[in-house]
Order: sequence, then C-alpha cells, then structure tokens
Amino acid sequence: MSEYITHDPAGKSVGKVEKNFFTFAEPPNEMRLDSGAKLGPITLAYETYGRLNADKSNVVLVCHALTGDSHAAGYYSDNDAKPGWWDNMIGPGKGIDTDKYFVICSNVLGGCMGSTGPASMNPATQRPYGMDFPFVTIGDMVRAQKALMEHLGIEKILSMTGGSMGGMQVLQWCVQYPEMVVSAIPLATTMRHSALAIAFNEVARQAIAADPNWNRGDYYGKQNPDLGLSVARMIGHVTYLSDEAMRRKFGRRLQDKNDFSYQFDVDFQVESYLRHQGAKFVERFDANSFLYITKAADYFDLTRFNNANSAVRVFSESSARFMVVSFTSDWLYPTYQSKDMVKAMKKSELDVSFCEVEAEWGHDAFLLPNERLTNLVKGFIDSVYQDATKQ
Amino acid sequence: MYTRTQQNSNLRFDLQVIASWIRPGSKVIGLGCGEGDLLAYLKQHKQVRETGIEIVEQRVVKCVEKGLSVIQGDINEEVHDYPDEAFDYVVLSQTLQQVYDPLSLIHSMLRIGKKAIVSFPNFGHWHVRMQVLLTGHSPFTPQLPYTWYGTPNIRILSLRDFREFAGEVGFSILKEVAINTDKKDKSGIIVNSLPNLRATYGIYLLSKK
Repeated sequence: MSEYITHDPAGKSVGKVEKNFFTFAEPPNEMRLDSGAKLGPITLAYETYGRLNADKSNVVLVCHALTGDSHAAGYYSDNDAKPGWWDNMIGPGKGIDTDKYFVICSNVLGGCMGSTGPASMNPATQRPYGMDFPFVTIGDMVRAQKALMEHLGIEKILSMTGGSMGGMQVLQWCVQYPEMVVSAIPLATTMRHSALAIAFNEVARQAIAADPNWNRGDYYGKQNPDLGLSVARMIGHVTYLSDEAMRRKFGRRLQDKNDFSYQFDVDFQVESYLRHQGAKFVERFDANSFLYITKAADYFDLTRFNNANSAVRVFSESSARFMVVSFTSDWLYPTYQSKDMVKAMKKSELDVSFCEVEAEWGHDAFLLPNERLTNLVKGFIDSVYQDATKQ
Repeated sequence: MYTRTQQNSNLRFDLQVIASWIRPGSKVIGLGCGEGDLLAYLKQHKQVRETGIEIVEQRVVKCVEKGLSVIQGDINEEVHDYPDEAFDYVVLSQTLQQVYDPLSLIHSMLRIGKKAIVSFPNFGHWHVRMQVLLTGHSPFTPQLPYTWYGTPNIRILSLRDFREFAGEVGFSILKEVAINTDKKDKSGIIVNSLPNLRATYGIYLLSKK
C-alpha cells in the first residue's frame, strides 16, 4: 500500500509471509451490520508475524489505513519488489518486535485485497455485489476483526495500533470490545472526520461516479472506471502530503523539460507524480471499495458510540492504556484532533500518553521511517508488556 | 546546623528529597517532567502510578522509552483537563520561576491533586545577594546559569517570598526543606538555619487551607 516502503537497509525482515483467509458468518448466521443489513459469508484476509506465546499474551493487532491491506511486513516471494507497507516498523528488533510479539493484520471488511467487499461474489445473485454491497462502518470492520480473533483463540490484545483510518479502528476496538484491549496506539487519526476530510473524500467519490465506466458500480468484467479512480487517488495524495513536503519534493520543477509546453500535458513534476500514483493505484484497487471505505471513514464518529454524545463518556468504557501520536505537518487529521481525544481520555481518567512528532511529510508521516516514532512505539509496547507480565 | 544526607541513587539531590515525601502506591503527576528521572524512580521504587507533562518532544520520547506515561504539552493548559483530586501529588520541580502565572498554576495543582510539591532556586541565596551587591551584575550562579537576556527564569523569588505568598493567597505549607547542593546537584545537604540566606533550593509540600 505504501508508496514509501523499501527494502530494509539493514536487511532486517520477518522474511517470507503468507496471506491467510478466514471465512465466517455463513448464512443463515450472517453478521448484522450497523446499518441493520446482514452480510454473509464474510472472508477476511490476514497475515501474522512472529509467534503466539503459550498464554497468548503477546498479541499486537495492526489496523491498516484506507487503501492498505493485510500485507504489513515481509515478502510473499523472493521476487517481490518491496515488502509489506509497514515493514520499517514491524520485524525482528524493530518498533513492533516480532521476536517478542505476535503481530496480526487483516484486510478490512469492504476491502478488495482478499476480504469480502463490493467486488466479492454476492451469493444471492452469483455476481459481484457492486452497489448491492451493504454499507459498512468502522464498527463493522472491527466486529469482523473480533470474529477473526475468536477464530485464532485470542481473548486479549496486548496492544493495537494503526494510522489514519487504522487509528479509527483502534479507537473503535477500545470502546466496542473494551475487555479485550490492554493498550492502544492511535496514530495520525481522529475521533471523527472533519468537514475538510469529508469534503476531500466526497470530491474523490464524485470523480469515480463521473467516470462513465463506473456504470453505477456495475463494471466488473467490463472496463474499470480507472480514470475516476486515479483522479480520486490524486486528490487523496494531495491531502496525505503537506505544503512543505511538496515544496521540498517537487517545488515548481518541470518534468523532463526546460520550459512550459503551453499544452495540457504534464509540465510540473508534481503533476507527473500524481498521475503516476493514480495510474499505479488503479492496478491494485477496486473503485467500489474506495467508495464504501471512504464513506465508512466519513461516518465514523466515536463520540456518538452507543448514543453517548460525549467523548468522555465513550472513553470511560475503556480501560486501555493509550499512546496518541500526531504529526506536526498533518493537515488531514491535525494535532488539535488528537489533543481533543487526549483531553477526553484525561477526563475519563485513562492512562494516556501523547506526543506530537515533528515531521514534514504530512499525514503520511506515520508510514515513513522515523526514529522517534519507532522509539515511541517500541518503548510503549515494551512497557505495557512488562507491566502485563508482572501482574 | 547542617544535616548530611547520604546520596543513595543517581537521582538529583532535590528530587531525592521530593521522592522521600511521596507515599508508595500513590498517583503522581509531574509538571514539566523533563526526561522523567523522578517519575521513573518513583515508579520503580515506590510503585506510583505516574503521569508527566512535558513540552519538548525529544524528552517526551525519552519518558516513553522509560515506560512512563507522559503527555506532550504546556503545563498551564494541560492541568485543566483533569478531574478534581485526580492525583495524590502534583509535582512542579524547579519550574515555578519560569511560570507566567504562578498563582493560577498552583491553584490548578491543588485542584487536580490532594497535595502539591513545588521546588525552585532560591534567589535569596547569599551568593546571589553578594554578586548583585559587589559586582553590580545580575546573578550568574550554578543554580542560575543564565545571562539576563537568555534566562528562562521570569519570576525572581526567594524562600521568604514564597512563604509570604502562601500566606497571602491562602494555601498551607505542610513541609518546607531548604537544601544546598553541589555544582552538579547530585548530592547536597539540608539547611536548617538561615535557609533563605544559605539554601540554593527550596522544596515545599502544599495543600489547600
């Protein structure tokens, strides 16, 4: 998922990994969704790294962001051009140390990387769901992950972490299944989408809907709405960077030319970069999944969980130890949103740490190698583990 | 009379004094906790439940690496979010002299904590007095190692000033210890006579009246 991930320069890696699948909620025992609809069967694609210890007390659950997948670390084969999206954080001796911890990452419900989503076969019609796929929420994604935990025989999660929409799942877990979560690290995330974040998602969705190939979601087996999806991705990328990041990375530099072309072709490097990201994205992502998942993120509002209408009351459900991390140049989920979260946790008398990491790369900073972030994650999880084993 | 105190850890001497006042198993918040030396000591030796507030990112990371709970932020703002008496002790170590509004901070400390511990360098120390008197310069000492234009210390107070302040604004001083430390503050002695003249630091245990 990450455009940034590269082979580890020190050669540290979890090595070969494989994608596993778990199918549940077979009719007539479908899963009931927040919308009231029922969905089943459901398949989740997931990967695990490291070893589960005897008393199953070393579980770290990683939740991926909007366009991520279960492949958080390691390689499927020797020929892989790059490892999983968070390989700089997960591995032997790394921030989430796979010599100590058993790491699980699954593709979200509604996704398109092996988990059930709008591109999956609808058992009722024997055709892909398309727009017949029910709306899923962050709560539904977490409910499906809970089923996976049960399947793996896991009752306690030592620590869970994720950035962006992954962080939303982390927060949701802590209030939806509070008895299961010992500690949590929400990164670059928010308790609820701001109007700004919803606005960008809506523009991205409209770009897809405006592509004639989208055909109201019924395009499987035909031409994909690649144009719309690539524009959606380009918009997303702008929000993941920052003014400073773009100034440094591109400035006003031109792409393969010395002067303006006076054409609507690519002139600037930043244009070239965005087009490249858009073009790469359509090869791996399903446009309908993009629609459903962005909507789930927009609907997310932790403060309304169980109709509490109060972040303080919602967090009082949880007894997890928290470490909230934001990044200075993140304008999609700015630091004030993390601070609001921390404020509510303090009022609920939760054990919470907070750090705003200085980073110039915007929202995507959580994906990039950053020694301070690594040290924070490592220090936090290790101390939670130490405290848990003491008891 | 000077009372010799044994140096029993790597902890700075003034922090050793503070640590000795804290009951095991209590809940402690350190305002401006730095790299968390005191809190780590208390967590390890007194099994306290700790929280720190620290504004500098790098120090926050150090605290987390020590296994401490810490919130990056401005102490003047962060104190507001806690419920009343959320802590047994609220510690403000060697920071009072850098606080813009000491009165409201101490009020907040005594709201969120049952007790407050405050320490600060004594500007009434004879060394400071002599420097001002004899050289005509503003003081520059091991405890106050700053030029007038670079100093973070915006509140110039002595032990006597603080006692009067407590009386005027209405909180109780439950305990006062004046100390004299070596240049690196690693070891020191407790000063019992003429503290306002002879002590480099004052440490106070406070409560609401």
